[in-house]
Amino acid sequence: MFRNQYDTDVTTWSPAGRLHQVEYAMEAVKQGSAAIGLRSKTHVVLAAVNKASSELSSHQKKLFKIDNHIGIAMAGLTADGRVLSRYMRSECINHKFVYESPLPVGRLVVQVADKAQVCTQRSWKRPYGVGLLVAGLDETGPHLYQNCPSGNYFEFHAFAIGSRSQAAKTYLERKFESFMDCSKEELVRHALHAVKESLQEEELSSANCGVAIVGVGEPFVILDSKTLQAYIESLEGAKDDQATKIEVEEERNPAVIERQDVSGGGGVGVGAEGEGPSDMET
Amino acid sequence: MRSWKLAKMSMVFAPRLAESAPTSHVGASWSPYDNNGGTCVAIAGADYCVIAADTRMSTGFSILTRDYSKIHHITEKCVLASSGFQADVRSLQKNLDARHQIYQHQHSKQMSCPAMAQLLSNTLYYKRFFPYYSFNVLGGLDNEGKGCVYTYDAVGSYERSGYSSQGSGQTLIMPVLDNQLKSASPLVLPPRESSTPLTESEAVDLIKDTFASAAERDIYTGDGVEIVIINKEGIRRETMALKRD
Repeated sequence: MFRNQYDTDVTTWSPAGRLHQVEYAMEAVKQGSAAIGLRSKTHVVLAAVNKASSELSSHQKKLFKIDNHIGIAMAGLTADGRVLSRYMRSECINHKFVYESPLPVGRLVVQVADKAQVCTQRSWKRPYGVGLLVAGLDETGPHLYQNCPSGNYFEFHAFAIGSRSQAAKTYLERKFESFMDCSKEELVRHALHAVKESLQEEELSSANCGVAIVGVGEPFVILDSKTLQAYIESLEGAKDDQATKIEVEEERNPAVIERQDVSGGGGVGVGAEGEGPSDMET
Repeated sequence: MRSWKLAKMSMVFAPRLAESAPTSHVGASWSPYDNNGGTCVAIAGADYCVIAADTRMSTGFSILTRDYSKIHHITEKCVLASSGFQADVRSLQKNLDARHQIYQHQHSKQMSCPAMAQLLSNTLYYKRFFPYYSFNVLGGLDNEGKGCVYTYDAVGSYERSGYSSQGSGQTLIMPVLDNQLKSASPLVLPPRESSTPLTESEAVDLIKDTFASAAERDIYTGDGVEIVIINKEGIRRETMALKRD
């Protein structure tokens, strides 16, 4: 194939009308560990598989709070994801300063997509190697979007990206019609089931996955490991029992990002340290 | 045609602000500042902090509204009260909110009151050559849970103290607070500079009395006083009516 001749520059088209560098960037997303998102009429849930490169290191942060009403899950080069999340945070803060109202999710997604497109049309840049699932709430309700390195964005009822995401997607495709009327707890359980599909042999625990929720009247919050473990345990007990409600003490502190299992006390965003210098991709 | 356009342009670029108090300066022109009056007070206790401000907003000898809050909650443990030019005050509040959001993203926690105090000082000095016309009192609980009050000038010079007042009624209120709260002499040891021995309800009563007194003689203070109390349980708000003349 001519693939290898036309894939050096992002600004070179192949005879088949493709930009291979952009496609390679999307490949990087597929190599990262899975991220899953699903929404109902009132809530959006994000879940991420946390892969630690070794037992000694902490795992990569894949869930980020962008604003009280928006959060993201990423798959691929998480360093690129951190940079994008810093940009998204900055845009949200600036919008709130000027307009005194939260930035609508769709607008932010378009801004990120345009930013990603620029990198596909400059010879001195490379595309971002991270796919984002953007979960947010605005006046028109809860939304879930995907941002690609290509500069494309799509809205979804439910989606999964990253490695072994097809298994999760199959589960979501089977169940998505019931999501709209789900309660928050049911939605989180569906998300955890989808994560389980991606994990396959591994045992689901609060150590190898993360969940975040945003909803009507509820700011974006990343569940702490205690609450998460309670949800996971409820999975076993209430596989088909839709009526099971769960008693959780979620730390409802809207202004503070909740972290789970991060050793080394690294902060978020600028100057974040504490994550091992191992794989770029998770 | 052209002169009409010029006249229209000059109206856009040189809007008239609300009238200031009548003066006799010849050739007085537009000022970027106005004083909306009002008074702010804060008292720090061993485990609480009380911050209060009147609710009158005025310009010149007129009242713009009787029901304007000069108090802004920046963090869970930190409250800012500002008198002066309320447009600058609002802008300053928004600036601090944005900076606090950034801090929370980077550090995964809220800013402490002493940290916010320093940030406010830096923010004010940043505009040293076109200042925020804002006379601030910052109150809250410090890292150990003790009450703290920080008082500022318009360009960021600040100091931690046990109590403070700013604004048009400052000169009427401060001597009363000194009389009630200050220890006998600075030479008496041990020096108590950060806290008062009053209980929370005593401090609130003192504030109500001082505002009622200030409203008697200061024309810019009145209508109502908004009192915010911060303690380990959280933030509580009280209001009291003042003379409306």
